[in-house]
Amino acid sequence: MLTDLLPAPNLLSATGLACRRGERRLFKGVAFSAPAGSLVLVGGRNGSGKTSLLRILVGLSSAVAGSVAWCGRPVATDPLAWAAQLFYLGHASALKDDLDAAENLELACSLAAEPCSRDARLAALARLGVAHRAGLPARLLSQGQRRRVALARLALTHRPLWVLDEPFVGLDAIAMAELGQLIETHLMRSGIVVLTTHQAVDLVVSRRIVVDLDAASLEAPA
Amino acid sequence: MNALVAIMRFELLLAWRRKSALATTLGFFVIVASLFPLGLGADPQLLRLIGSGVVWVAALLATLLGLARLFAADHEDGTLEQLRLSCVPLPLAALAKIGAHWLVTAVPLCLAAPILGLQYGLSASAIGVLVASLVLGTPVLCLLGAMGAALTLGLRAGGVLVPVLVLPLEVPVLIMGAGSVEAHMNGLGAGPWLSLLAALLIVFVLATPWVVAFALRISSE
Repeated sequence: MLTDLLPAPNLLSATGLACRRGERRLFKGVAFSAPAGSLVLVGGRNGSGKTSLLRILVGLSSAVAGSVAWCGRPVATDPLAWAAQLFYLGHASALKDDLDAAENLELACSLAAEPCSRDARLAALARLGVAHRAGLPARLLSQGQRRRVALARLALTHRPLWVLDEPFVGLDAIAMAELGQLIETHLMRSGIVVLTTHQAVDLVVSRRIVVDLDAASLEAPA
Repeated sequence: MNALVAIMRFELLLAWRRKSALATTLGFFVIVASLFPLGLGADPQLLRLIGSGVVWVAALLATLLGLARLFAADHEDGTLEQLRLSCVPLPLAALAKIGAHWLVTAVPLCLAAPILGLQYGLSASAIGVLVASLVLGTPVLCLLGAMGAALTLGLRAGGVLVPVLVLPLEVPVLIMGAGSVEAHMNGLGAGPWLSLLAALLIVFVLATPWVVAFALRISSE
């Protein structure tokens, strides 16, 4: 099913990742190997470096040591090609306050070179329950609604790897269920999802990999 | 390619939605250039002599106004991360943003310059040279300013730091720009000065985007 969209086999692996923020060393020796269809849950207390790990995975930050590989090839050799394999959603939703929801979605899609029709965008917004707000400037949206607009990208992207930083924060129960469903569908299509969350997420997944940064931490836990 | 066009298009659209910011730049330019006759007295001979220099200094300061925020908004709302992960190489994306910024801030200045030139009693041909020098020079100012904005991104005193960093580097552009009009008025011909400005523009268009991209990567690491 849809395997032609996602050339198999997807495999995300990390070896010996270490991260330093200024003088502070956050973690070292983080390693995992996530085959197609895996959900990678990055856990750890506040400040343990979850966001830093995600940024290293997608190539926004560089690791002090270690490497990330996609399908066996190190990703650092061709950052542009690597960026074309993944969808990243950080803490900030990357919405422009003066653009409306549909325009924000269009901008995000064109930046990723994943053009889509206006109908597809509206359908994606409808899926996340913000279609009725499609024409409103993003600055008038609530925090949860902004998050929903950003997450509507998930319904449009064909990228095999999703890297989501706290995607469930600020969402109500309905939106959380919808996001959960999007993630489950993506995993079923042999995609890979890496996410950080503090909430207990109830997802039906065949393969779950937990990366505990507290175990890789270099400081005594508080 | 489509993504580049999209970056430009949405930059222009965003600028259009924040029209007041653009009007501020233009208003600043006109007011600064109009203050000098008030301070120096209305001697037509003197005004004709200083006209080109005053308009150029005003243009230089006006382009600095919006530049400090060129990348700051993208940095804060997360768009910069998405730009770095987009299918467009970051130098090209930066060039598209700078180009859009030039279109919406500097082109109005170039269009308003003839009126200020008249105010200083410049001849029609001198006004032509002034506008030509501004058209060639303001993109260089924007590129230099973008470099400063990228380098100071995320710093608390960034907004104040940009002029201090960038103004000394903009001196050659000012000298060439104002010099071209002066040379023309002295009957020496503005050609060499304008050629120099054009050469400077080509060098900066080719080199600056890479410096900006490098600085953006460091600042948003």
